[in-house]
Amino acid sequence: MVAENVFFGIIAAAMAISALGVVSTKNVVHAALYLVIVLAGGAAQFLLLGQEFVAWVQVLVYIGAVIVLFLFGIMLTRAPMHPGETLGNDLRWPAAAAALFLAAILGSLFVKTWHGQKLHLESPVRTSEITNAVFRVYIIPFEIVGVLLLGALIGAVVLARRD
Amino acid sequence: MFFLDHAWLVPLIPAVSFVIILFFGKRMPRGGAEVGIAAVGASFVLACGTLVQWINRVRDADNAHGLGAAIGAIGRSVGRLGAEGSAAQVLPVVHHVTWFENAGVKLTVGVQIDGLAAIVMFVVTLVSLLVHVYSLEYMRGDRRFTHFYAALSLFTASMLLLVVADNTLQMLVGWELVGLCSFMLIGHWWEEKPNSDAALKAFLTTRTGDIGLLVGVVMSYWLVERATGHGSFNILAVNQAAASSSVGHTLVMWTALAFLLAIIGKSGQFPLHTWLPDAMAGPTPVSALIHAATMVVAGVYLGARLYPIFWHGLSIGTPGHGGLNAMAVIGGITVIIGAALAFVQDDIKKVLAYSTISQLGYMVMALGVGAWTAAVFHLFTHAFFKADLFLGAGSVSHSGSHHSFDMKKDMGGLKKYMPQTFWTFAIGTLALAGIFPLAGFWSKDEILVNAGHNGYQAFVIVGLVGAFMTAAYMTRCVYLTFFGEYRGGAEHSEEHELADDDAHMALVGHDAGHDADHDKHIPGFGAHADDGHGHGPHESNRLLTGPLWVLSFFAVFAGLLNAPGILKFEKWFQPRVAFVDVNPAKFSVILAIVSVVIALLGIGASYAYYWLGAGPQRLTERNAMARAGKHLLVMKYYLDVLYTDIIVGSLKGAIANGVYWVNQNVIDNVLNYAGKGAIGLGKFTYEYIDQRGVDGVVNGLANVTGEAGGELRKVQTGRLQFYALILVLAVGLFALALWIFT
Amino acid sequence: MLLNQFLLLSAFLFCTGIYGVLTRKHTVLVLMSIELMLAAVNINLVAFGALHNSPTDPGRVIGQVFALFVLTIAAAEVGVGLAIVLLIYRNSHSADLDDAHALKG
Repeated sequence: MVAENVFFGIIAAAMAISALGVVSTKNVVHAALYLVIVLAGGAAQFLLLGQEFVAWVQVLVYIGAVIVLFLFGIMLTRAPMHPGETLGNDLRWPAAAAALFLAAILGSLFVKTWHGQKLHLESPVRTSEITNAVFRVYIIPFEIVGVLLLGALIGAVVLARRD
Repeated sequence: MFFLDHAWLVPLIPAVSFVIILFFGKRMPRGGAEVGIAAVGASFVLACGTLVQWINRVRDADNAHGLGAAIGAIGRSVGRLGAEGSAAQVLPVVHHVTWFENAGVKLTVGVQIDGLAAIVMFVVTLVSLLVHVYSLEYMRGDRRFTHFYAALSLFTASMLLLVVADNTLQMLVGWELVGLCSFMLIGHWWEEKPNSDAALKAFLTTRTGDIGLLVGVVMSYWLVERATGHGSFNILAVNQAAASSSVGHTLVMWTALAFLLAIIGKSGQFPLHTWLPDAMAGPTPVSALIHAATMVVAGVYLGARLYPIFWHGLSIGTPGHGGLNAMAVIGGITVIIGAALAFVQDDIKKVLAYSTISQLGYMVMALGVGAWTAAVFHLFTHAFFKADLFLGAGSVSHSGSHHSFDMKKDMGGLKKYMPQTFWTFAIGTLALAGIFPLAGFWSKDEILVNAGHNGYQAFVIVGLVGAFMTAAYMTRCVYLTFFGEYRGGAEHSEEHELADDDAHMALVGHDAGHDADHDKHIPGFGAHADDGHGHGPHESNRLLTGPLWVLSFFAVFAGLLNAPGILKFEKWFQPRVAFVDVNPAKFSVILAIVSVVIALLGIGASYAYYWLGAGPQRLTERNAMARAGKHLLVMKYYLDVLYTDIIVGSLKGAIANGVYWVNQNVIDNVLNYAGKGAIGLGKFTYEYIDQRGVDGVVNGLANVTGEAGGELRKVQTGRLQFYALILVLAVGLFALALWIFT
Repeated sequence: MLLNQFLLLSAFLFCTGIYGVLTRKHTVLVLMSIELMLAAVNINLVAFGALHNSPTDPGRVIGQVFALFVLTIAAAEVGVGLAIVLLIYRNSHSADLDDAHALKG
């Protein structure tokens, strides 16, 4: 088990640093790229947890589509691509305090509740199980999400069209 | 016993006539006078009958007593012996009805007829009848003829109510009613202010005396309670209680003094005599009836009726301290001061008024020295000759001096124009002066002899001096009116040739201007033209002279009723029950001669002064002291000044001003400050409590809300991330809370 | 592996995302931070899902399925969000969040 922990540690560190980078870099494109690393690290964590399907879905959808979308958005809004923007607005310290506060609560909550809880990963989850679950048990949410996607699509088109 | 038992009709008939005249008099052909005369005539007949039946009753009782028989009749028993042989107890005839009863107190209205009541009833109704007849002519055409007769009827009824009263409350009612009628009649011509002033003065002055009456009535009730254990207003009971030994002397004395105050007020004694001369502002028949013969004697009647109270209260029977008691002293003073004032009057009615005051003083003095019969007898005779004199004065003014009463300016030498008036007036004068054998002699002499007999020698002197003065001033009055040159006619005779009403009106107005001094009592004659006589002084109509002769007749012969040897008055009229042990004196020839001589001296002195012009003529013009003395008399001893200016004036002035000041400044200030305080409180409440306090709270709340809103608005920065921050914080807090509390 | 390490990782990522949402001026960066948060949530969900890993446990797939749905919705949200950003940019020629204070009270 040590190998998993090591891998986990490396990937977690990378994700943490990238996350900090997302929120603090001056360059917008760099922020997007940092986000890519975070998301990729996330996918790796999924693999470590034996959840393969969602790992690859994350790569496909998040990194493949969402980041591209972000880059398009950056491009279209002519965001300054070079450093010059200040690091943050005047809410930095309250925001930091709030974030740390929340982190403290969450952290202590987690530690207190699941102290020593081990994960027993016997076998990775097979895709057929997921599809079975989605198309049988969770069929209604699936349909709704479909409708939601449709709505989002149409909404985005309507909002962004030039008239 | 019809008249005795139905004596309550005597006051009732004039009362009914009053109501009839009041409501229907204007429609009657004679203006209500016929009803009045008929009613008083009927009362007079009834009074005569009562008198006769009473005398019979007394004579029967005495005869039966003398025979020693004891047959059951009304109230016969062996009584005490009087000084004149056997006299039986004769109870008065009493009838009453109880009109109110509560807790053992019974208030009754009724009649009590005994000798005193019978004889006074006779006098009142006779003089009233004569005055009614007289007024037919005297008040002809007057502006309020019917009202006058109504008031005369009411007065007669009230006086009779007082006279027949069997209890002190009824006497009080009658007393007040006659006071009211006097007020009404004095102010008969109230359009002229002096008349209404005189009426008010009369009323208020007698009112002062009525305090005494009220107190006395109440105290007499308690007298009876002390004596018998059960209070009562009944006069017989009161008289018996006064003599009772279980009643303290002090109580009886104060009761007597209270009643004495009433007598002083009503009967014009010193010091409340000032109203009587001013009362001459009323019409002359009124003066004759009320202020000479009847009302003013109500006080004396009260004294005679309730004599035991005075007898025991003032210890009249036992003269100590040199023979003085309050009643006699007051009477004596009144005799002198009244007579003195009569000397300086120019108005014939005022002379007679002061003479009345003086003679009333005689009556009160007589009561005060224990001469009960003498006092009542003098009341009896005085009524006749004084009424005779007053009506004579009225006749003079009516026909002789153009309705003026001023002797010096408008009269004189009327003897040849008005012989009947002159002779009746002369008879009245001689009677008043006390010349044998006229009425005044007998009555006045009896007073004097009893005064001496009972130990009050000082008052004999007073009486004799008074007699001298009376004779003198009356002679003066007769001279100024009937002798000498006629002073009233000369300048008017030309105007008399104009025989039309306008000139007559002007004449009346001329007369009004003629009376420059206080004799402003000219009647408002509407139509004088129907007299049908000439315009100089002339004898009066028979309606005027008839009563004069009737009264003169009585003035001559009434005195014989109590002449020695006859002495019926005492026997018939002195009360036999609940009375005192008066000790009547025998006739004294010496005193009689002395008094006649003194009276003749008085007449002679005046005769000498006026007819012969002898003596100190025009003394006051030469001598300062005489002038001062005359001024004192003219100013009526400054008593009017004392009453009106000093007492009333200080009350009106100082006390009233003081009270007014208190009212304006203290009481009103209480109110003002209460008001100001309320206003101030209101302002304070408005400004501080309402504006600043309540509104402050409200405004403050609104401000706070506004400010809070203003502050809270800052949360709405419009910045998304700020909202997000809040969200995150809230979430964190909730999480914490959840964690802690679960 | 401990469950906690995943949970703590996801907590860290989440709070970082919060910091980014509150702090960043550029709207697109804010959206990116939101994405970060969602990713953290995903890790959390999958980690919990991995708890129930026995073959008979119906909760075996729940973590993934849930994360799947979150993913889908995140994608939709990004699309719409960027469309809104474009619109804002077109209207005010600025994608700065501080400039969008029309709701300021």
